Amino acid sequence: MPLFDPKDKSRYAIFTRRTLMMTGTMTAVFAVLGGRLYQLEVLEGDQFKTKSEENRVSERLVAPPRGRILDRFGVELANNRRNFRVLLIPEQVTSSVRSALDEISRILFLPDRQRERVLREVNQNKPFVPVIVAENLSWEDFARVNLHLPYLAGVQPDVGQTRAYPFADELAHILGYVAAVSPAEQAAEPDPLLELPGFRIGKRGVEKEFETQIRGVAGVSRVEVNAYGRVVRELSRETGEAGSDVYLTIDHELQHFVAQRLGTESAAAVVMDVTNGDVLALASTPAFDPNLFNVGVSTAQWKTWTSDDHTPLINKAVAGLYPPGSTIKPAMALAAVDAGLEKLQVFCTGAITLGNHEFHCWNKHGHGHVDLHRGIVASCDVFFYEVARRLGIDRIEAAAHRLAFGAQTGIELPGEKAGVVPGRAWKEAHYGVPWQQGETLNTGIGQGYILVTPLQLCTLAARIASGNAVFPRITRIIGRTAEVRPELDRLAFSDDALAAVRSGMNGVTNQPGGTAFAWRIAQPGFEMAGKTGTAQVRVISREEHYAGVRKNQSLPWKLRDHALFIAFAPVTRPRYACAVIVEHGGLPEHPQVQMARDILLYAQQRDPLKLPTAYPLSAATAATRSGKA
Amino acid sequence: MTTRPYAAFRRTLSFADKFQEFHWPLLLVIVVVSCIGIAMLYSVAGGHISPWASKQMLHVSVGLVLLTAAALVDIRYWMNFAYPLYGVCILLLIAVEVVGHTGLGAQRWIQLGPIQLQPSELMKIALVLALARYLHGLDVEQVSKPLRLLVPLVMIGIPAALVLKQPNLGTAIILAMDGACLLFLAGLSWWWILPTGTAVAAAVPIVWQFLHDYQKRRVLTFLNPQNDALGAGWNISQAEIAIGSGGMTGKGYLHGTQGQLNFLPEKQTDFIVTSIGEEFGLLGCIALLLLYAAIIGCGIRIAMAARSQFGRLVALGLTLNFFFYIMINGAMVMGLIPVVGIPMPLLSYGGTAMLTVMFGFGILMSVHVHRQVEIPRHSGIIL
Repeated sequence: MPLFDPKDKSRYAIFTRRTLMMTGTMTAVFAVLGGRLYQLEVLEGDQFKTKSEENRVSERLVAPPRGRILDRFGVELANNRRNFRVLLIPEQVTSSVRSALDEISRILFLPDRQRERVLREVNQNKPFVPVIVAENLSWEDFARVNLHLPYLAGVQPDVGQTRAYPFADELAHILGYVAAVSPAEQAAEPDPLLELPGFRIGKRGVEKEFETQIRGVAGVSRVEVNAYGRVVRELSRETGEAGSDVYLTIDHELQHFVAQRLGTESAAAVVMDVTNGDVLALASTPAFDPNLFNVGVSTAQWKTWTSDDHTPLINKAVAGLYPPGSTIKPAMALAAVDAGLEKLQVFCTGAITLGNHEFHCWNKHGHGHVDLHRGIVASCDVFFYEVARRLGIDRIEAAAHRLAFGAQTGIELPGEKAGVVPGRAWKEAHYGVPWQQGETLNTGIGQGYILVTPLQLCTLAARIASGNAVFPRITRIIGRTAEVRPELDRLAFSDDALAAVRSGMNGVTNQPGGTAFAWRIAQPGFEMAGKTGTAQVRVISREEHYAGVRKNQSLPWKLRDHALFIAFAPVTRPRYACAVIVEHGGLPEHPQVQMARDILLYAQQRDPLKLPTAYPLSAATAATRSGKA
Repeated sequence: MTTRPYAAFRRTLSFADKFQEFHWPLLLVIVVVSCIGIAMLYSVAGGHISPWASKQMLHVSVGLVLLTAAALVDIRYWMNFAYPLYGVCILLLIAVEVVGHTGLGAQRWIQLGPIQLQPSELMKIALVLALARYLHGLDVEQVSKPLRLLVPLVMIGIPAALVLKQPNLGTAIILAMDGACLLFLAGLSWWWILPTGTAVAAAVPIVWQFLHDYQKRRVLTFLNPQNDALGAGWNISQAEIAIGSGGMTGKGYLHGTQGQLNFLPEKQTDFIVTSIGEEFGLLGCIALLLLYAAIIGCGIRIAMAARSQFGRLVALGLTLNFFFYIMINGAMVMGLIPVVGIPMPLLSYGGTAMLTVMFGFGILMSVHVHRQVEIPRHSGIIL
């Protein structure tokens, strides 16, 4: 056994040489690795640091509490209610989600639809994302879940926040409602809050008008997340800004009364402070319960609302357009006195002929000798046909505009209609044919093309009562800013004209023979002055005129006249203006006048304007309180 | 080392002598790197000893025992065991193939009681031993003879093909490279090396060029089904983010976010280095590379000091095997090469990998302990 192999020498030499070569190669490889490390960690290190932070840190929006909506006395009309809900965390469920739901439904009532939604959401989300099983629970239900909690793995009771409207449908048309964000709204606004699941925004009313202020500013919670998106811990929290509270000019007690008084009629009513246009009550009936939109309105419910001929979803007070009928006559009278027609005397035979067309008075027997005062008191159509004929459409148009018709009043509610004040240019633009004199006569009694909103009618009453060019306003303070109240202009009509019209309106209610004398306020000191109106919704043929116009009671509801009434009270030193319209309510018992009488009496007896408001004016800026008494 | 009196000169050594001849610095570095691994496993578990750090301690302990045991076995025993071990490994690979097909799909290991035996890992050591045994008997001229050369090529080819079929591209490549390097070290003529090397180097990109993207992807997916393109892309980008975000000095121990927040898949096994990069930065990574370089340097010196060709080839073969792990894993986590399932030796979590690496170091240590043992070229069973 030779211990030393001579050939081994060359093998050893080659081995050594080649080992050195391999060592060199290995060193080169290590150098490459080191170089790559240098490149990654030093040259590109900052970029990777950023990426690692992006990986690690996730910013989560924290929804701010929505601002409250309060009435003039600080009563909450819309607030945030604690929402007792039950969440299910799928990954913590010991058995299957299905059997967990079975367990829960032994304690709570879970409709099948809700079960399906939960199962669907569980499948769509990662297993650590909590799914809402039930919300808006009563305290009893919530307490029962908490009691059984030890046996319910994966179930988590939770207290969230939901919008609540304590007065339900009484203020629905003023407040509006909140509901889930639509894709279009999300596209229109860049606020990332809108992308929060379950976030609600204002869809109508004050909720929509002041959405940006009420919503507040989102807080940001920076959290550390792992690769699966599970939150490991909170790194920092930037509290957002709570939404601003909005103080309305509404008196919730009066609003309650008005809404109750209108009842189930398809009607609208507005009550206003005549001195400054503060809206004290604004109701449109029937209404809806805005709380329902929180939980989600069922298709059946939505169909019921949209197919109802009483249109519960439309705020008739600002978005309902009606021919003013005889309620326009005080405005015509103002224009007449302004044009020097205060001494005008007309003999009413029950009709007036213009060309080959006969214009009828509502009283087909005629009123005999009629002057301005009697024209208003008896609401003589023939008198106002003559007034309109003498004024001409141009002066009527100008006067109507001066009284805030034909344009939005600017009330802080979305969807306000401007109405129509017809004129030569308007007719030309809309119909392409010139103005006819007969149309001037029709406009004189508030028929034809002219269309107004109940809010505009109430504004008319307030302007006549105060002599000021008031504009209706419904908000006073938003967050820390008070609405700027400009000095009000005097109405551009002479005091004589205003006095004459007021006296005429006083006669309507307080003078025997006045069209609303039967429904006057008899209590001394609370008397109201007003003007009735009837707006035709059908064409009355010539034959019918001769045969006798059909009584409204005999007509189907849809064909009956609209009944309107404007009023202010008390007669001396008026404070409250009111307009009421009852759709298709043209009945002999004048329901609209009775409503206005009760509303104005209640308003005066309660006298919310005398009560101290709860406006935090001292805390608010730009508080320029104005309005002359 | 020549100044010390050599107990190793003697043909037979007592256990005490052998302990004295241990390469203690090498053992120290191995233990240090293993402890770094345990510390990193503690960190990626979010500062918890379970589930990985505690078990890895056990792996390291058992591994060190195995290392010691293997080091104490005489190098000539290893030479005698070379072919049987190789044969057993081939049989195990075939067994895995059979069990894998009838059993659990792409199974790579066999359950032997509490031990998961991964034959492909053991195969690397067995191949080095068997090739060294074969090449030990050849002189320089004989190595380059075609017929003589056929034997080692078959010896490399069979296990490489079996492993490739598992499929496990990474291990197959390492097997092929181990074998090629041993042939090179044994003195294979440049007339073989240069044309073959050139041909392979030229063919790979040309063949690759002719493949469509989806075919390339399919090839990669076929070879590494557990690493589909999308998953691999995610792994790689997250690994780069982890390493890169460490910067010069890192985020600090236990402050790595990528690993602890699970952005890194396989953070405890193949991607453990990324956590070092994240928590200790460039300095930490360079330090780790230096530790590895020290181990490789020790291996090279052991190889050069061995008197027998078998010892030299085994020592350098095992060192190269170790190096290839580092190279492939390092290049992979730094995004230089596609993801292949190769762990970082001594650091990555895993019992089989740790035991195999320790076993390899045990044989390396045995070469060192028995460096003065001379083995005749034409030797059958010698003792």
